[in-house]
Amino acid sequence: MSSNDLKLKAHLLRRAGFGASPKELDQVADKSYEDIVEDLLHPDRAEDINMDYIKRYNPELRYPDTHPLHAGFWIWRMINTKKPLEEKIALFWHHVFATAWYKGEHTPSQIEQIETFRKNGLSNVKQILNDLAKDPAMNYWLDNCENHSDQPNENWGRELLELFSMGVGNYSEEDIKQASRAFTGWTFEQPLPLYPYGNYETKFVFDESDHDFGEKTFLGRTGDFNGEDIIDIICEERATALFICRHLYNFFVEDEPQIPAWSIEPPRNPEAIDQMIDVLMSNDGEMVPLLRFVFNSEFFKDSMYKKVKNPCELIAGTLKLTGTYGIMPKQGEEVGKLYGIGSVMGQALMNPPTVEGWHTGHEWIDGGTLNERVNFAVNQFNDLSVPGLSDIISRLGDHVKSSELLDKCLAIIGPFELGKQAYDALTEYAEAVGDLDLTNEASIELNNEYIARMVQLILSTREYQFA
Amino acid sequence: MTTVTKKDPVFVVVQLSGGNDFMNTLVPYSNNRYYDNRKFLNIAPEDVLPLDNTLGWHPEMAPFKELYDRGMVAVVQGIGYPDSNRSHFRGMDIMHTCTPHEVSTIGWLGTVIEQLDPGKENPLTGVNFGVGLPRAMSKAGIPVTSVSNLDEYGLMSGLAAEDQRDKALKIFKDMYAQAIGSGPVMDYLSRTGSDVITGADLIKVAPEQYESTVEYGDSQIAKSLRDVARVHTADLGTRIFYTQQGGYDTHANQLPSQPGLFRDLSRAVNDFFADLEEHDADDNVVMLIFSEFGRRIADNGSGTDHGSGGGAYLVGKPVVGGLYSEYPSLEPDKWAKGEDLEHTIDFRGIYGTILEQWLGLEASPIVYGNFEQIHPFKTS
Repeated sequence: MSSNDLKLKAHLLRRAGFGASPKELDQVADKSYEDIVEDLLHPDRAEDINMDYIKRYNPELRYPDTHPLHAGFWIWRMINTKKPLEEKIALFWHHVFATAWYKGEHTPSQIEQIETFRKNGLSNVKQILNDLAKDPAMNYWLDNCENHSDQPNENWGRELLELFSMGVGNYSEEDIKQASRAFTGWTFEQPLPLYPYGNYETKFVFDESDHDFGEKTFLGRTGDFNGEDIIDIICEERATALFICRHLYNFFVEDEPQIPAWSIEPPRNPEAIDQMIDVLMSNDGEMVPLLRFVFNSEFFKDSMYKKVKNPCELIAGTLKLTGTYGIMPKQGEEVGKLYGIGSVMGQALMNPPTVEGWHTGHEWIDGGTLNERVNFAVNQFNDLSVPGLSDIISRLGDHVKSSELLDKCLAIIGPFELGKQAYDALTEYAEAVGDLDLTNEASIELNNEYIARMVQLILSTREYQFA
Repeated sequence: MTTVTKKDPVFVVVQLSGGNDFMNTLVPYSNNRYYDNRKFLNIAPEDVLPLDNTLGWHPEMAPFKELYDRGMVAVVQGIGYPDSNRSHFRGMDIMHTCTPHEVSTIGWLGTVIEQLDPGKENPLTGVNFGVGLPRAMSKAGIPVTSVSNLDEYGLMSGLAAEDQRDKALKIFKDMYAQAIGSGPVMDYLSRTGSDVITGADLIKVAPEQYESTVEYGDSQIAKSLRDVARVHTADLGTRIFYTQQGGYDTHANQLPSQPGLFRDLSRAVNDFFADLEEHDADDNVVMLIFSEFGRRIADNGSGTDHGSGGGAYLVGKPVVGGLYSEYPSLEPDKWAKGEDLEHTIDFRGIYGTILEQWLGLEASPIVYGNFEQIHPFKTS
């Protein structure tokens, strides 16, 4: 197995998942790239996270009241799942169908929405949009529960078209009004009140008495459309396939201009997008063939480090290296902290700023968030007893020449490449450290400090900000 | 006789994200059309805090009204932009870039910061408080500092030993050195990295030397405005401050949610100006409070959908308080798209007013044209 192949596999696992620890890379070393892709596309082949076991250690997770705990637990799942693409695709749809906790403050429906994305995220666009239209968290977030036959509320209808499927410029204001009428009466069962026992779950309800059964004309077609009919029509449109494919390309392949520019700026790689649209449309909106095509394509393999990591990727990837979140911490608040870390980096999970979702790419980074990203990664290796550090050290061998230290570290925590500035600066640091004899008991502490600092500095680079 | 030194004008922006409902902020309480259209969502005449015989403040705006009564608030009625498509996205982008008909990535305040500090000498010329830089402050190559937590700002702050931290920072600087041909995003990271180092060194004195008797509330907007006050009173050369308060997208449940937002906002703004006054630091500060659009004239039974014409406020000691422009007409034949308030003044005219009459910059290259201005500043 050449190191180049390993680099490509690491790239695949960063994009289709949240990176890989050195041990996880060992596990795929003998598999072909194509087989790894198939494993990723078939989450049913891997073991589920044992929730019974986890809840025994962390009873707070039984109660759906604390939103930061559950949002943080999602990041824990990203680190520990054996089905990385299942979590990654859920994050993808969360980016596109941005729903925030802060409005409804109802954690059970928020948790349920992400669980739906986990279950249906690799299914079919039509299925995904239908589930979304019936999702209580979304229903409340965009006020479809206030969309009445005698008094339509067009928030959901508008965003379904603008932000969730076709994109601006492909429909009229009148289409929005007509679509909104078709979704009247789509609401949810009123959950039991919060007090005194906490939050209760809710579910979708179709209230016939509040549905406008009249004739509607939508995108040039006329009928007594219900919401499902509207989604059927939307899914026939090439604009919808284009919209989904641009999102998918931006999320999995390479940073694109952000959505507000889509109506005027062409895709970065129009040929790739066209091919993706063809695959999606000829497979009736199925996600698996599309993702198989993407992950095996040359444009995907050529896209190494062409995407700025989103905060979840940065946090989960770094914590895979430290190994500190590999076993369930006993205190729920330790898991909840992960939510706070994402928030200060600009990604409060399950709590995006608006229905537009997050702007991605270099927009993740400004002075403030760069500060948070660097400090977070550095601080994870302040404690010399983290398991990931011992693992890195054990892979270095007994004796490390100063001229080898940097290359060896890069190979272990990547495989990872640096540009000239960072490479030169770290070579200088390695020279100052000198040759290391890792068998010498007397200098263990000092050697560990040197190596930890090398790892910290590698994780502070510009290059580490890219996936 | 004392010598008066003219201090550089400072501009603070508070963005109300989500589209604030202007009609329920400054309520046209004597107009029956208001009550006809806001059957569910209205403020009763006896509940408003009257400004005059026709308009009254939302009852939770009392601390803000107090500033108005002291002559410190210029209300810009009917601010908006042409051809609103009611999208948050576009609305905010338009207000941030001054380009209603095309998409631009050049923030208007990015250009302002560039002109105020052409040599890029002070990365604190523009400071944002909050998570994520608003597009209004972004312009390629223009350093801006963005702070989510003022008390723990600085790279490598987790390394306990100071000599170790200094060494790591030196290596960091080398690693982030710019190089030809490394691509725009890498270059962007280089600049951001070195600006963070400079900015952090400069800004750390602000929390150290700040003292005040003003006790702010515990809302996010209060924390943010207190941070603005801490940096402004430290005299670090910051000319543009930016912060925001979210939650104004009140399609539903507007009745219970809007008052809480107003309570937090109006108290925070009042406390902020009291704090500046205590530090004798208020005579060169003007604040703009704005939102990306107003909301629909008729309510939908529980909230209000996206609309157009809204309101903005200029606040500060240098401001001549009062009502500016015109309240959008509530007569149905004057409605935009048959259901929205028609804006009565273009937001680019208000930006132009601030640029030319407050910051002393030429407006047209920044707002791309000449728009009707108002005259809300004291002439000295």
